[in-house]
Amino acid sequence: MGERILFFILAIVAILSAGGVVFSRNPVRSALLLVLNFFTLALIYFTLSAQFIGALQVIVYAGAIMVLFLFVIMLLNLGSPDAIPQERDLKRPLAYLIGFGILATLVAQSLALLYPGAPQASHEVGTARVIGLALFTQWAYPLLLMGVLLTVGVIGSILLARRRAS
Amino acid sequence: MDAVPLNAYLILSAFLFIMGAVGVVIKRNPIVMFMCIELMLNAVNLSFLSFARYQTDLLTQVSGHVFVLFVFGVAAAEVAVGLGIITVMFRLRESIDVDEVTLLRG
Amino acid sequence: MTLADFGWAIVRIAIMLGFLLSVLPLVIWLERRALAWFQNRVGPNRLGPFGLLQPMADAAKLFFKEEIVPASADRFIWALAPALSLFPALVAAATIPWGPNRLLTPVADVDIGLLYFLAMSSLAAYGVLLAGWSSNNKYSLLGGLRASAQVISYELGMGLALATAVLASGSFRMTTIVDMQAEPLWGVVPFLHNWLIFTPWGLIGGALFFICMLAETNRAPFDLPEAESELVAGYQTEYSSMKFAAFFMGEYIAILAICGIMTTCFLGGYLAPINFSPIQALGEQGGFWGVLATITGALMPPFWFILKLFGLVFMFLWIRATLLRLRYDQLMNLGWRFLIPVGLVNLALLTVYVIWGWIPSLIGYGVAIALYFAVFGSRKPERREVALVSEAQPYRPKEA
Repeated sequence: MGERILFFILAIVAILSAGGVVFSRNPVRSALLLVLNFFTLALIYFTLSAQFIGALQVIVYAGAIMVLFLFVIMLLNLGSPDAIPQERDLKRPLAYLIGFGILATLVAQSLALLYPGAPQASHEVGTARVIGLALFTQWAYPLLLMGVLLTVGVIGSILLARRRAS
Repeated sequence: MDAVPLNAYLILSAFLFIMGAVGVVIKRNPIVMFMCIELMLNAVNLSFLSFARYQTDLLTQVSGHVFVLFVFGVAAAEVAVGLGIITVMFRLRESIDVDEVTLLRG
Repeated sequence: MTLADFGWAIVRIAIMLGFLLSVLPLVIWLERRALAWFQNRVGPNRLGPFGLLQPMADAAKLFFKEEIVPASADRFIWALAPALSLFPALVAAATIPWGPNRLLTPVADVDIGLLYFLAMSSLAAYGVLLAGWSSNNKYSLLGGLRASAQVISYELGMGLALATAVLASGSFRMTTIVDMQAEPLWGVVPFLHNWLIFTPWGLIGGALFFICMLAETNRAPFDLPEAESELVAGYQTEYSSMKFAAFFMGEYIAILAICGIMTTCFLGGYLAPINFSPIQALGEQGGFWGVLATITGALMPPFWFILKLFGLVFMFLWIRATLLRLRYDQLMNLGWRFLIPVGLVNLALLTVYVIWGWIPSLIGYGVAIALYFAVFGSRKPERREVALVSEAQPYRPKEA
């Protein structure tokens, strides 16, 4: 019972903050609401026995990626609300319609799922030890590729952001 | 204590995903578009982890967590490069309205 | 979770918060007096015995000041920033075990204790960034951007240093890290504990973590973003009265929390300097050894923790009184191009120890240090040309 109440509260906060991200006109407020969303999702991950992933969610997403977003917003002074009025009028209603349609389909499909009622995984699954073992044995090649990808990303972003001496 | 059923997590994940997708289509500020993409990636992470909780053998359970780690890595690299592109775009034309970036030449 | 568990959790939280908030005035007083003695002056000694009521007077003064609200861009974010700066500092200390009693000590003994601290310290960048931006002021914006860039740059070095502690103990759980350090020194020496800082990787990791601690809390010599002579007061310019007090408190509580982490991971936490376990083992037979065992066991582990904590805080003040402030590009250079490679090499050599034993790792350390001096030893310090502002004129007395 307590678990359901906790999930309900966290889900409401997550949905409201996601709505704020999408429908807010101020980019800085969108960014801050997204941080709140990530934090709430981290709490939901903790209830799913994914402790390691939850802590990493706060460190990586809320603590690094969103700081990067805020940096770019502040450096390029993009914090002012959208001042240009929308020209095209067909985009929004169509997006809402199709979005609602896909959402209805997904909700119907997930309600029709027949899964065993109780969670099967023990609390040990989310620890660093088990994930580390799997990561370095079964998933070793993808891990190395991820390292290459991140290195390429770092080099790429440094090259892109460098001022060319003109 | 009753556990939360899997369907609840999946419905939440679907909500977040659709809101992110609608945001990407609607918004014209590329930074907010990026944020909505991150929202979509997080919704997918949530569904991975909730499926992982309901698996029966350890190998598939852990695979869910490991895959979420890879999604983290990909998202981080993508944000770094994407924000670099936005910075360059802003330096070149002083406005970041996505609807104006229609030519490949920059 | 039963009612008893819940009750003990409340007690633990109360003890931790009570400790942090009551030691805070002491640290503020210590800073002003110790800095004064270092600078060959006396410091505040009027209010109360030895000036101990000075922080109370400061708090009262800040409370009664007029709160000036700038006509700024975003009132809500401006008001939120001090709270965002204070909250992670207060909760970051939740996984630190300050004693062996598991009913009282870490507020949360979780499997990911150290990761929790890293998470809370990465949230510290937000308060600074939002404060700088929402003040609608060039100096604040620059100060906020610089301060948060500094914080996120040194987080990497901090993570690498803490990875040393994790790898040496095999777990992220803080109590396991302290238990690892409770063994006899290097496995053999009987009367000393195996504090991580007595091992080569722990020594380098501890030094690395100490430097990153100074940078994370924006303390000298890394306090360019908040130095008064630089950017007015940096990101804190537009804050007065209680919001400034919140930033002030957040900074000192962050210092306490991060020194607590260093004590736990590198200096053995609540362990006494002398390993009393042979005496404890003998004491089970009763008699003289029994009495001695109760005496040494009752020498209150929290006392050793607080001693080490204040030793580290004193080193913070000592360094503030002694070292020069680093220029911003020197600071970033140090973080990215020196500390992170040192952290990576340290971690690699620790891996050598874990796999092959201590002799190959000591050989590895010798080779690494020799290589470093061979490659970088002959380089002179870089002198960079810094452009002087051309409009600034030196003072010229009027020629009469």
